[in-house]
Amino acid sequence: MLEGIFVEGLIFSVMALGILVSYRILDLADLTCDGSIATGAAVAAICITNGWSIPMAMLLSFLAGILCGLCTAAIHNHLHIPGLLAGILTMTMLYSINLRILGNKANVPLVRVDTLYDWFPQTLGFLSSSVASLVGTLLLVLVVKLVFDLFFRCDMGVAIGALGGNEQVVLSLGMNPSTLKYIALGLSNGLIALSGAMLAQYQGFADANLGQGMVVQGLAAIMLGEFLFNSNRISLITLRVVLGSIIYKGLMFLGRRYGYLVGITPNDFKLLTGLLVIISLIVASTRIRAAEESARRKAVERVMGGDRNA
Amino acid sequence: MLDISHVTKVFFPGTVNEKVALEDINLHIDEGDVVSVIGSNGSGKSTLFNMIAGTFPVTSGTITLDGKDMTRWPEYRRAFDIGRIFQDPTKGTSANMSIQDNMLLSLKKGMRGVGYSLTQENRQLFRKLIEPVGLQDRLEDNVGLLSGGQRQALTLIMACMSHPKLLLLDEHTAALDPGNARIVMDLTEEYIRKERFTAMMITHNMQFAIEFGNRLIMMDEGRIILEVCGEEKSRLTVPELIRRFRQIRNKDFASDEELLTEGD
Repeated sequence: MLEGIFVEGLIFSVMALGILVSYRILDLADLTCDGSIATGAAVAAICITNGWSIPMAMLLSFLAGILCGLCTAAIHNHLHIPGLLAGILTMTMLYSINLRILGNKANVPLVRVDTLYDWFPQTLGFLSSSVASLVGTLLLVLVVKLVFDLFFRCDMGVAIGALGGNEQVVLSLGMNPSTLKYIALGLSNGLIALSGAMLAQYQGFADANLGQGMVVQGLAAIMLGEFLFNSNRISLITLRVVLGSIIYKGLMFLGRRYGYLVGITPNDFKLLTGLLVIISLIVASTRIRAAEESARRKAVERVMGGDRNA
Repeated sequence: MLDISHVTKVFFPGTVNEKVALEDINLHIDEGDVVSVIGSNGSGKSTLFNMIAGTFPVTSGTITLDGKDMTRWPEYRRAFDIGRIFQDPTKGTSANMSIQDNMLLSLKKGMRGVGYSLTQENRQLFRKLIEPVGLQDRLEDNVGLLSGGQRQALTLIMACMSHPKLLLLDEHTAALDPGNARIVMDLTEEYIRKERFTAMMITHNMQFAIEFGNRLIMMDEGRIILEVCGEEKSRLTVPELIRRFRQIRNKDFASDEELLTEGD
């Protein structure tokens, strides 16, 4: 049971890393996620049920996600509309496309075919099935995290970070911001789709409605992580996201398990997730204000002290 | 070097808000020229810079740099040859990144690959470059922690690192206190002298305008109304400049006097 929470959290963290790229690094609220995670799940499910290999299925999911991100970036770059609207457009269109991918069915089960979560226990035969799934997922997520960290420390990654902070800087440096947005949104949605592919295999089906509310859940995970510790180092920021995702899934588990004691049902989870994000935002802004207030008080003390000496 | 010929810019053409911001501007700047640009608010100085840097397209006319017609180039492409510093110190650097990451990106112009440029060697170079402003031990600090003066000095250093053909200084000391303005101004002059940059500087400070560079142009209502260079410029004084403005435009300078201050 406990392993299940960790596996869910780890799969979820890959999506949260994707949202981290758009929301935190690029500073662009991208809602494509709700569609692209389902695209990833759908592509993986169709590939696997048609007898393709698991790595191939996941690679194709990743590429499909990149295409979703490129679509949002193209709408945003060339029609000069806000990223938010571009994301909503792509997400809405993806709903129909996902149904097409799934062969006009809302749901494709992955029974009687081998998935990642049959393969992990087979390969790691010396472990129990649930522990093998956990170890396998952990290794996969670690690889994703490491590659992610390496990318955002290289020159191109730093440039994407600069774009999020200040678009004029990137222009002044002779880089086309549109190109960087293509790369960042492509990467972001590629990761989100990869997470969808893992999720479909873990839960044993792909669903066209899989993505509903995923952005907000991802944000909740990122913000929960940010309460853990402060850092501007990318490796710690991504670690924070992974931990935040696991904590979020843990909270949801507690809600499912013990929620009935206070009258909470899974129907309330979307409301609670939204409230969690709002509370995180309030706490974060209160913290900033408190820090400013203490800095002001210190400055006043310094000046007053100086006066006495004079 | 830089040739601006018959450049006109009309904002909101065909509407009731139509405004002619630049009218038939012709300007030739030679390599090594250092030009100060003065004029009251709305005279078209910033629009002229925006046209050169490519922030907005021109309505008509051509802009040529080093023989290349760049009238239709997008801003990022012109940035290969043009370094620009804004009045707002937050515009030239990315606040949530460290000093070294900011400097790393300005090593060269153009799109970045997936290599790693943050080598020990480059760190030494950054350290040396920012030593004059006393930031050499703060390479890993976020730029957001710096003061406005420090940020503007860093922006200047970053703009000069890639050796642009033309440096555009858009009132780059106006948002700073007099002390910091002087420091950034001295650093600017040092860089221009050392690297033999071609530069244009917009300023509201007439004293700076007179001290700075070998040419001075004054703009009013979208036109260049006065050009002074060389020997004549070195003899210029603030009262003389005001007198000549009155003479040319035959209008009172009083409303502009607050904007065109005489000194620190």
